[in-house]
Amino acid sequence: MTVSELLRVEHLTMEFGGLVAIEDLSFSAAQGEITAIIGPNGAGKTTVFNCLTGFYKPTVGRLTFSVLGRDPVYLERMEGFRIARAGVARTFQNIRLFPAMSVLENLIVAQHNELMRASLFSVAGLLGLSRYRDAESGAVKFASQWLERIGLLPDADRQAGELPYGDQRRLEIARAMCSKPTLLCLDEPAAGLNRNESAALNKLLRNICDTYGIGILLIEHDMSVVMNISDHIVVLDYGKKISDGSPVSVRHDPRVIRAYLGEEAECDPGAVEPGLSC
Amino acid sequence: MAYFIQQLVNGLTLGSIYGLIAIGYTMVYGIIGMINFAHGEIYMIGAFLSILAFTMLGVTGVTWMPLALIMVLLVAIVFTSAYGWAVERIAYRPLRGSQRLAALISAIGMSLALQNYVLLTQGAGVKTLQPIIRGGVILYATGNFTVILSYIQIFIILLTILLMAIFATLIARTALGRAQRACEQDRGMATLLGINVDRTISLTFIMGAMLAAVAGMLVTMYYGVIDFFMGFIAGLKAFTAAVLGGIGSLPGAMLGGMLLGLVEAFWAGYFSVEYKDVASFGILVLVLIFLPSGLLGRPDVEKV
Repeated sequence: MTVSELLRVEHLTMEFGGLVAIEDLSFSAAQGEITAIIGPNGAGKTTVFNCLTGFYKPTVGRLTFSVLGRDPVYLERMEGFRIARAGVARTFQNIRLFPAMSVLENLIVAQHNELMRASLFSVAGLLGLSRYRDAESGAVKFASQWLERIGLLPDADRQAGELPYGDQRRLEIARAMCSKPTLLCLDEPAAGLNRNESAALNKLLRNICDTYGIGILLIEHDMSVVMNISDHIVVLDYGKKISDGSPVSVRHDPRVIRAYLGEEAECDPGAVEPGLSC
Repeated sequence: MAYFIQQLVNGLTLGSIYGLIAIGYTMVYGIIGMINFAHGEIYMIGAFLSILAFTMLGVTGVTWMPLALIMVLLVAIVFTSAYGWAVERIAYRPLRGSQRLAALISAIGMSLALQNYVLLTQGAGVKTLQPIIRGGVILYATGNFTVILSYIQIFIILLTILLMAIFATLIARTALGRAQRACEQDRGMATLLGINVDRTISLTFIMGAMLAAVAGMLVTMYYGVIDFFMGFIAGLKAFTAAVLGGIGSLPGAMLGGMLLGLVEAFWAGYFSVEYKDVASFGILVLVLIFLPSGLLGRPDVEKV
């Protein structure tokens, strides 16, 4: 099976004043695969996400996003909400749910554009026309399926801000999925999760990727997550790519080990992050 | 007792108008966290546009009243919303992301510019309108005092209740309202879900201006006298109403408007007409000191 390229990043450079956060980074991510971006703290991983989702305008570079059957678009030229409409969804390291909305509403907001169209900019919604009511009940149904899947259906009417941390993380992923993306960017989804929760997360992500055939871009420090579920790993250090390949090849790449452990490090198996071998 | 009921009716009428203007303040504050100081002027422009529309209808000879009212309402709403949209586009959007003070100053500038624009084009004198809806029902009569609920008061209160119901539904139940609440809580995240934040903010200004236009038309019909400076005090009063109800809260703005209208009517009725503004702004001071988040507002939680 040939995998189709979903995202191609070419020569991405991001400078803040004199500080070069990302330098000449190129990689690609495929549909139906999980691509992990790893690297020590400050390597520029989140900056890549910020460029992809329109928070930053890259200094240099081309970000080509091509969904099968549609014309490719260049993300670096687009406004944030258009990037989202093109099919890029994102979660954050520090959770950004709408805390004062109910759990269900968080998932319905993600389907905003369909509902806006169905309701003719809310005019139909205001008049209570059936056209809007059908779209609305469809959105609720879709959201409920996701809530069931992540086990939050009983909490649908609670305020999102009241949920425990682990539930909020899963809800954020479900919300991103409710916007029906083709590329899902996850910024440290396993941060703060315990071993069981992160195992469940592995299963969920793999499942999303295989069921919907979308691409996942994953920033993660937890090597048990990265090594288990990624198809492809990109390693950054000080804004530059130092390795790119399958989990096996990356794990044995001497440059990667050096970046994580330092030049002179003795190869003490206990000091290596689990999953990386000397 | 009769006197009390009369002041109650007057207060509710006045409160309806304050409430309509206050919603504009509270919605804009909700979504961008800033006070739209040009909102009083938008209301004043709404009043001028309705007098203009009434006059033109008189010229063209439309005499069937429901049709005339609907046409004036439409004209006032459409043109006033254009002003509301322009205020956001000129005074707020270019300054998005800069310091809050900058937008505040540009809004005050906008307010002065609009005031002087109307002064130049319409003149400094007052404009008057003959009463359109006359008569009323006698609610209660004692020997020397009759409580009258005039038809115009009924019209104002009913229209206000209707509009508030529509807006409450809009915010709570429709995709646009949900997008507005999403922008309120986290603008960046709303963008990432495909919400056009700029457009949502524009629509919020437009919605506020629509209600201000209605308020302007109602005031024109109620008092029959308007001038270019009327937006200043009315704007401050409505702002007080929004703060009293809890700024950012839609039901709060309605409640605050009603309460303020009642306080003012009773103060004017029982103490002194000259000092009714003192009562209103005294409330503003007291609320800001003792109840900064207002009656229905949420206490402000600092974002980390």
